[in-house]
Amino acid sequence: MELENLRFGTELLKRGFAKMQKGGVIMDVTTSEQAVIAEEAGAVAVMALHAVPADIRKMGGVARMADPAVIESIIGAVSIPVMAKARIGHFVEAQILEALGVDMVDESEVLTPADEFHIEKTKFTIPFVCGARNLGEACRRIKEGAAMIRTKGEAGTGDVSQAVLHMRMIQGQIRSLKGLDDLQLMEVARDIEADVELVRECARMQRLPVVNFAAGGVATPADAALMMQLGADGVFVGSGIFKSENPEAMARAIVEAVHHYDDAALLAQVSKGLGAAMKGLDAASIPESEALQTRGW
Amino acid sequence: MTRIGVLALQGDVSEHILALQRAAPDLEVVAARRPGQIERCQALVIPGGESTTIRRQMDSSGITAELVATARSGIPVLATCAGMVLICREIVGEGRFRPLGLMDIAVSRNAFGAQRESFEADLDFKELDRPYRAVFIRAPLIVGAGQGVEVLARLDEGVVAAREKNLMALAFHPELTDDSRIHRIFLDMLED
Repeated sequence: MELENLRFGTELLKRGFAKMQKGGVIMDVTTSEQAVIAEEAGAVAVMALHAVPADIRKMGGVARMADPAVIESIIGAVSIPVMAKARIGHFVEAQILEALGVDMVDESEVLTPADEFHIEKTKFTIPFVCGARNLGEACRRIKEGAAMIRTKGEAGTGDVSQAVLHMRMIQGQIRSLKGLDDLQLMEVARDIEADVELVRECARMQRLPVVNFAAGGVATPADAALMMQLGADGVFVGSGIFKSENPEAMARAIVEAVHHYDDAALLAQVSKGLGAAMKGLDAASIPESEALQTRGW
Repeated sequence: MTRIGVLALQGDVSEHILALQRAAPDLEVVAARRPGQIERCQALVIPGGESTTIRRQMDSSGITAELVATARSGIPVLATCAGMVLICREIVGEGRFRPLGLMDIAVSRNAFGAQRESFEADLDFKELDRPYRAVFIRAPLIVGAGQGVEVLARLDEGVVAAREKNLMALAFHPELTDDSRIHRIFLDMLED
């Protein structure tokens, strides 16, 4: 086999990688020990960061990419994919993560943004996931090369309401495209500041052309199943696992809940005796200036 | 009517369902994830996804024994990527993962490396007259095979597609491209 026959980093490979995560739970971890717990519990991937969102919120200051040494130790500890967060617009953090052998970069509003513009993601070999609150934001990220979208929700709160809002918003906007003629689709594209080709694609497929996960405030098995019933392809859990009383049990239960999301009897079963979920924070009590979801556009 | 099941525990299940419907519009394709669903199928697809997660969910859903018995009964089984890892006899170089031991192949997981090393390549596939564009995502590789295993495609020295009786294992993802030729070879196994 000649080497020039091989092609790396194509859109098909990037979006394909995200498709392999469907029906799964991606868990935030800060150490290799946590990564092993996540893998044992059935996570499809882990997300490496220096502190979980609830702690980032508490600590304040500038939140940056995790220590490469920690990311390397996590990569060495598990066989499932390892993702890691880079600051919005910080393409050098993303370059470093790619060089480390991370499987996917989360260009994340949980970290302090480095630029008002997002990373030009088509230039990278590895795929990116980005947050979105509505269809316009999702399409802008996909146009920049995101291979996967997740709701922004409000990270580190353990309050699922914002993730619900963002998921319903995106699904509702796509449903409202049904039956529109091409001129009307162009008007929508202009109004929501989205690429018209992508809007046409969403109208035709009646979904985003990339995998769409839920994130930002998922803290219990019931939260995870709620997001799946609302149409998420899978779930990210940030602080919800390692800020709970019994992370092993909570991690296993959330994996089961995503798998059996439409089976209430089973959800009741897996939700029993997990100990306290993360304490959390009512998202409505957060002043606008401290909200993470308004980072990026 | 012939019913084809796609194991729907985790992974790119809907892509496989669409690919099968495209290749054979008159067949019934179902997502199988509860006890009693797999044994009612005349063919089974084990999709791509994360093999550790799917293996775990198989046990917690109580369908492992049913899947093994149904595959042993001789119905055609197509196992892609994670599916190949699940049905192999042996995983080389690691001890934690317990494969189902259905097919007499030894497999190396993530043999090419991380997602950075994922690739597309044109393959010479046995029984196909022109190359097949194959998508490899954190792909496994067949590094050892028993006497009864027929090699269908190679990449350098490694085997990336093979068949043993009713079982067909692929290291790549035919469900991610529009080319239905490999799905049709699989569906032809229904008539053998």
